[in-house]
Amino acid sequence: MSTATVAAPRKAKPTRPGVSRGKGAPLLGLLAWIVGITFFLPVAWMVLTAFHSEQDAATNPPSIAADLTLQGFREFFGATSGASPWPPLINSAMASLVSTLIVLVLSIPAAYALSIRPVRKWTDVLFFFLSTKMLPAVAGLLPIYLIAQQAGMLDNVWTLVILYTSMNLPIAVWMMRSFLAEVPVEILEAAAIDGAGLFTVLRRVIVPVAMPGIAATALICFIFSWNEMLFARVLTGVVAQTAPVFLTSFVTSQGLFLAKVCAAATVISLPVLAAGFAAQDKLVQGLSLGAVK
Amino acid sequence: MTAIAPTAEKPAPAGPARTPTAIRRTGDWARRAPLLPALVFLIVVTQLPFVATLVISFMDWNSLYPDQRGFAGVGNYVDVFTDAALRDSVVTTIILTVAVVLISVLLGLGVALLLNRSFRGRGMVRTLMIAPFLVVPVAAALLWKHALFNPEYGLLNGVLTWIFGSDAPQPDWITEAPLAAVVASLVWQWTPFMMLILLAGLQSQPLDALEAAKVDGATAWQTFTHLTLPHMRRYLELGALLGSIYIVQNFDAVFTLTSGGLGTANLPYTIYTTFYQAHDYGRASAAGVVVVAGTIAIATFALRVVSSLFREEEGRA
Repeated sequence: MSTATVAAPRKAKPTRPGVSRGKGAPLLGLLAWIVGITFFLPVAWMVLTAFHSEQDAATNPPSIAADLTLQGFREFFGATSGASPWPPLINSAMASLVSTLIVLVLSIPAAYALSIRPVRKWTDVLFFFLSTKMLPAVAGLLPIYLIAQQAGMLDNVWTLVILYTSMNLPIAVWMMRSFLAEVPVEILEAAAIDGAGLFTVLRRVIVPVAMPGIAATALICFIFSWNEMLFARVLTGVVAQTAPVFLTSFVTSQGLFLAKVCAAATVISLPVLAAGFAAQDKLVQGLSLGAVK
Repeated sequence: MTAIAPTAEKPAPAGPARTPTAIRRTGDWARRAPLLPALVFLIVVTQLPFVATLVISFMDWNSLYPDQRGFAGVGNYVDVFTDAALRDSVVTTIILTVAVVLISVLLGLGVALLLNRSFRGRGMVRTLMIAPFLVVPVAAALLWKHALFNPEYGLLNGVLTWIFGSDAPQPDWITEAPLAAVVASLVWQWTPFMMLILLAGLQSQPLDALEAAKVDGATAWQTFTHLTLPHMRRYLELGALLGSIYIVQNFDAVFTLTSGGLGTANLPYTIYTTFYQAHDYGRASAAGVVVVAGTIAIATFALRVVSSLFREEEGRA
């Protein structure tokens, strides 16, 4: 049995037959399809509306079969307003990718010290990490704002990098700990006998073996950073604005805006949708802090 | 704990000819060293601001009146506890969190049970189900507000027109049921999250026990209540705990859908406006401290739950 928090015995995963195949089976399969499509419908509607003209997007009843156009996307890329979405997209990418990288660099050694060669009272340390995640971020918002103001770090993407790192670090430590705990002891002992130092062991032994877990951790940290809006809204202005904040600027009090908001929402969600679909199995591991395999 | 216990007991492969205590001491610090960068970083970035919040909460400090900065004693706290808006936002936060977590756990369990059976296109349905969780939260909130809930051209009223014709009821969803609207959009986003964790739980259920139950002639319902639910307890708790951590702090949905109006202002939103719009730093900090105190109370309980799961796991191994 592994050390994972709530793990259950792992099985040979890929195909597991359905548990029960009673009389109502075809009906329940149909029901599953209906539920799945219902949940997906708003997403499909968002994408479809993004390809409609503003006039067709605002009809009642909805014009499903209206002509498709790229006008909404052109608007998003600044056709009329002249505001390019690239700076906010690049800011978001920077803040998400760099903070994810720092999180990995910090959390892998920390997880090593909590699982492979644990410090004393390592469970307490682990729970301290999780407890910081329970303190509402909003309560620290004001001092962080004031400190950033004093340090001249307002409207600076590096401020977000630091904050997103701290936001994701506890989750990453929990996840990485459960992944590192699965690295076979024999490999580590062999490395120790060969006289490998900590850095070598991490780089040559642990990182390659725990790669799937590291990928899951990175995916979750990337998603949470990309999505974040509260800090981005308060701490950035023109220069360091991120994509979610930029997105809210498409809502105007006059005129039609639905198609371009949907186009913007689609483009901004695309990296997360792509990453999430590509790594569906990793998603489960990541979301459960590595507890569920 | 097979992976940990053996290594944990092993002394560090330290150099020869040292006294036991010396080995122990260097071993301790060698063990702690990899932990320190992460720990120090986290304390500096997340704990120090709270100390600052605590200090500011006892000050009279409104950035609109910079000359009147001074010591306020417990004045801000009196304001916080007598402020009806803030008290309401506490209640709103609790209702919002409990409703979203409860509904999405139940729905997630239902969908997970449906997906735990073999049927044509199961992988596809799972992929469709995950999509809502992968839409950026602000984008999801905008989508619900403008593309679904809009009384004139939103999809919901559009569907009503389709079904009932031109004299169909056209409710203004957000105005008539603001909190329910926020809950609906959040349930839509969080059900996939719950479903994924619960489905993983269902799939880890030992098959032999289920088959034994079938052989013994247990009905599907008996199997569910006596075998599946007890097995799922830890997964349900994990989902509820993680969901609560995120939904208590929700800002995007409230900010976007209702701008905190119509009784939907939760604590994060209220603190945000006190600080960002009213510029009352002292009171915002006091509210922050109260939130932290409340969260610690809840978190202690929640951590105990996780911790008990943790022990159970260690005990089993």
